[in-house]
Formats: sequence, structure tokens, C-alpha cells
Amino acid sequence: MNVTSSVREPLITGGKTWADITNDICRQVEGKPSKSWIIAFTVSVLLLGVGVFCVMYTWFVGIGVWGLNKTVGWAWDITNFVWWVGIGHAGTLISAILLLFRQKWRTSINRAAEAMTIFAVLCAASFILLHMGRPWLAHWALPFGNTYGSLWVNFNSPLVWDVFAISTYLTVSIVFWYIGLIPDLATIRDRATNKVSRLIYGTMSFGWNGSAKDWSRFESVCLILAGLSTPLVLSVHTIVSMDFATSLVPGWHTTIFPPYFVAGAIFSGFAMVLTLMLITRKVFHLEDYITLAHVESMNKVITLTGSIVGVAYITEFFIAWYSGVEYESYAFINRATGPYWWAYWAMMTCNVVSPQLFWFRSLRRSLWFTFFISIVVNIGMWFERFVIIVTSLHRDYLPSSWAYFTPTWLDIGDYANSFGLFFTLFLLFSKFLPVINMAEVKAILKSSGDVQTGQATAKSIVKDTETVPQN
Amino acid sequence: MTEVKSYLVAVFDDDDVLLNAINSLREKGAKIFEAFTPFPIHGIDPALGIKRSRLPQVAFMFGATGITCALTLQIATLGFDWPLNIGGKPHLPFPSFIPVSFELTVLFAALGMVGTFLLASGLWPGAQKIIFDPRSSDDKFILVFDLEKNKHFSTDQLTEMVSNAGASEVNFKDIVEKH
Repeated sequence: MNVTSSVREPLITGGKTWADITNDICRQVEGKPSKSWIIAFTVSVLLLGVGVFCVMYTWFVGIGVWGLNKTVGWAWDITNFVWWVGIGHAGTLISAILLLFRQKWRTSINRAAEAMTIFAVLCAASFILLHMGRPWLAHWALPFGNTYGSLWVNFNSPLVWDVFAISTYLTVSIVFWYIGLIPDLATIRDRATNKVSRLIYGTMSFGWNGSAKDWSRFESVCLILAGLSTPLVLSVHTIVSMDFATSLVPGWHTTIFPPYFVAGAIFSGFAMVLTLMLITRKVFHLEDYITLAHVESMNKVITLTGSIVGVAYITEFFIAWYSGVEYESYAFINRATGPYWWAYWAMMTCNVVSPQLFWFRSLRRSLWFTFFISIVVNIGMWFERFVIIVTSLHRDYLPSSWAYFTPTWLDIGDYANSFGLFFTLFLLFSKFLPVINMAEVKAILKSSGDVQTGQATAKSIVKDTETVPQN
Repeated sequence: MTEVKSYLVAVFDDDDVLLNAINSLREKGAKIFEAFTPFPIHGIDPALGIKRSRLPQVAFMFGATGITCALTLQIATLGFDWPLNIGGKPHLPFPSFIPVSFELTVLFAALGMVGTFLLASGLWPGAQKIIFDPRSSDDKFILVFDLEKNKHFSTDQLTEMVSNAGASEVNFKDIVEKH
């Protein structure tokens, strides 16, 4: 028996029944795409087209077309890579960690967040390939024998760990997402009215019929996948951070990096989930499934992780001074006051100040404000990676090697490509697959829906929560 | 050889009613073929007598295979096949092997377990599992009885028992099985 406290807001509003859930979610899969979807899709495909041209240009000519120089050898490429991987982490956090913590509000957003994870990791992988300069030799990063390339790969290198981490993360995320999709695909198959969609969704649903035995195994599989994904997602950004932390570059050589990067990843990922979900909810009329309670929960995660990130920035600065290492201290003072001061302060404002505004209940329940902050946070997190990578590199040990990085149009074009790819994939997903996990939402409806829990209206509950201390 | 099997398909509107029905019908001696539901129902496994899945053990075995493969690969290549002096580090730097070993453990465990699940449940692209009532993926809960195995009841008796247990609809379905 599920016991739900009366102070908890219902997670599904509008007096939905199980059949309503099926109808509401399947409607957008079965119907013709809306005008807004077509416009968004056209813009994304055009952006992708421009992006593919830029990527091709970079491939043919080489990465000399970027604004890199001898001193700054990593700039937007790795910034974008880390940024996209970080965004991906929110999906796994929602689907895996919140599953282990039995947070029911995850059910309305986990499907879309996991899809976002996969697309974000694909975007990240595209920058890995691009920054190699000769992407057709990308398989050299894999351990093939030395008659094939030169030698075995160096397992001491975090860059090799990264190859294993990112590819495992992508594979496991796709598998986890797809397993969760199977019962919902079966629902669409059973409702399909024409042969083509019955064949397509029938094939994709693997013949699922929802027998109790299969559900028993399914739940087992999901739980273990969540258990495996939880350390996996933590390991991925830990390893990404080690790309920097195991080097001796002042500003990178920091033991605080792994937890700091993981918190930052979840921070930016939740911001991206909010950006996407606030639009999806509006366009597909999912206000009863993604309620203010969901938005508020996500904003609380943003405040928590944003605060961890803020503490990490301050700790880093303190340790740079406290360690007494001249180069380390210089690197940090240079970040705040050197030629890239604007990037540093953009990062501080967006990541440290803005999430603190969510301490105000009215702000974290305001959709427009949440949407605005979600974009601000993503800009801030992009600047964080830019600050870490470029400002640490641009002042080399010898002043004669000091340099400044300015992006070229191809830096911008290749970044635009990842947006085109991301939004094209996300829009295709939102049209052809159920954006909300129907089976899971149905399973929590009785305990967390507004009718079944016997709660009167959302308003009266809001009143309750104001007098009862929240946990 | 083909064989026609007859089934009684009871449709329920609520998961709690279904659970009670399963318990009371099994007590009365009815043999349940299978239950089909739109979402997993807690407590249905013991009610139907479904044993705990052994997939966790499968995942562990695949994970153990993964870590063995990863360590073998790293030790064999870096330590024996072509030992390299990398920054004066030892040829077998075990701490450096942790990340790749961890990732491959997770990869093997996840893929192996999911593969086993799909095989065990007969799920693959194009698989055609029997669907007794398509509404079971929407909002209905279906209990299926194999008439052959419930011969100790007449069809009418069984229908009455199922209706009394709370079924909103009782149908019959013949399935042609190919051997």
C-alpha cells in the first residue's frame, strides 16, 4: 500500500483516468504534427544543414580553421564537449538516481530527459571526433593491436578512459531508454489504426504483451540498470574532469574536480531539462502531467547543485591562495581580473547568483522566471568550461607564449551544428515516440493523482504546505 | 501440427480488484494462465506465484566477465605484449586500470542482463506474442484461464466465479498454436 502525505501536491492533476493518460500521450504520436512543431523542425533542420557544411569544411581543411593557436590548443571544441556531456547527466540522474530514491515525480519527465541525455551525448561525441582533426582515424583510440595502428593505447591516459566512459555511457543510456519505451510502444501498437504504424510500432515494441511474468522481469531489469547507471553517470563526469585534473596545468591540477564537475553537470542538465520540458508541456498540452510541483522540484535540484558549484568555485580560489603555489595563485587571479575577466564574471553571475533566487517560492513556481533562469544557467555552465579550459591555457609558463583565443566563424558553425543535431533529434523524438512514460505514470496515478488521493484542489494543498514545514 | 487452445479472458477495471480476484480464485482452485496489465502491479508476483527473477545474478555474472576481460586486456597489452615506459610509471599501474575496468563491468552487466531478459521473455523485433485483449496496454487488467487446465470447473462455473470476483467482462478466445 502506498501512503502519500496529504501535504504532498498531486503529481497528476485534471482528474485523469488511466485511459486519459493513454489518450493524452498517444494523441501527439498519432495525430498530424502541429504547426509549431513543423516550424521548429524546419528551423532545426536548416541549422543542422548549415552545421553539417561547417563540420565538413572543418574535416576537409583541418582544425587550423578554428581560432586555436600554439598556446591555446583546446578551446570551443572541448568546452562544447564537456558542456554537452554535462547536460546529458540530468537524464540519467532523473531516470536512475531518482528511481533508487523512489521519487515519484520523476515519472512524468524521465522519458524526455533520457532522450535528451542520448542526444546530448551524441552531440558531445561529435566534438570528440571533430577535435581529433583526422576523425577517420578515431578508431585508434580503441585498443587494436599494433599491427593495425602504432601501438596499444595507453591505459594510463584519462583520454582513453574517456573513450570507454563515453561509449559505455551512450550505450547503457540508449538501452535503458529503449527498455523503458517497450511497453509504451506496445500501447501505441495496440491503438494503431493503419497497417504501417502497426507494423513499425509492432516491430519496435518487440511483441510486448504486458504479462505479469514479463513485468516482473522488466522491473528487475530497470532496477538493476538504475543501480548500474548511478555509479556510471558519476564515473563519466569524474573521468571527464580527470582529462584536466591529471595534468599539471595550473587551474586544472585540482583534486576537487570530480565532485565539482558532477555537480555542475547535474546543474546544467536540469536547466536543459527545464528548458525543453517547459516548451514541450506547452506545445503538447501536458500541463496536467508536468505540473508546477515538478517544476518546483527541479528548481530545488538546481538550487542545490548550483550551490555546490558555487562552493566549489570559492574553494578552488581559496586553495589556490592557501597552497602557496605561485602559478596556481596567478592562474586564479588571472581568471578573475585578466583578459578573460568577462567570461569569469559571466560564469559567477549565471551559476552562483542566479540559482539562489530560487529560494523564493514564488520565483521557483513561476514558469517564465524558471525558463529564463534555465537558459541563464546553461550559458553560465558553458562559460564555466570555457573559463576552465581557455583561461588556464592562455597564460603559458613563458610570457613569450602568452596568447589570446578568439573564435572563428567555424568555431561558431560547429557549435551551431550540435544545436541543429540536438533539436532535430529531440523534435523527431517528441513527434514519433511518447514523450511521457505512460506505464510509469499510470502506476503512480492512484497514489499521486489528484482524484485518487482524495485531495480537493491544488489550491487547498498549496495552502496546507504553507502552514506545514516541508521536508 | 496445429492445436486449438481455448482460453477464458476476464477483464478487470481496477488493479486492486484484480489482486483480490487472483487471491480468491486461486484459493478456490482455479488455475490462472497469466495476467496482463498496463503497468507493473506491486504484490502480483506472490499472488500469482511468480518466482523472483534471477536476472540480478545474471547481471552479476556478466559484470564479473566484464571486469575479467578488462583486466586481462590491460594487463596483457601494457604489461606483457608491449611494455612501454610512460613517464617512468610501472608497467602494471593498477590504479590506472580502475576506470576502464569499471566501465567494462557496467557495459557487460547491462548488455548481458538486458539481452538475457529479452531472450527469456521472447522479446525481439518482430516477435508476435499472444495479445488476449489489446486493452490490456491501455487501462484494463486481464486474467487468462486455460480451459484445458481448469477442467474441474464447467465453463459456466468458471465464468460465474470470475464475475463474482469482480470481472467487468468475460470473453472466450481460441488460439491456434503451431508446433
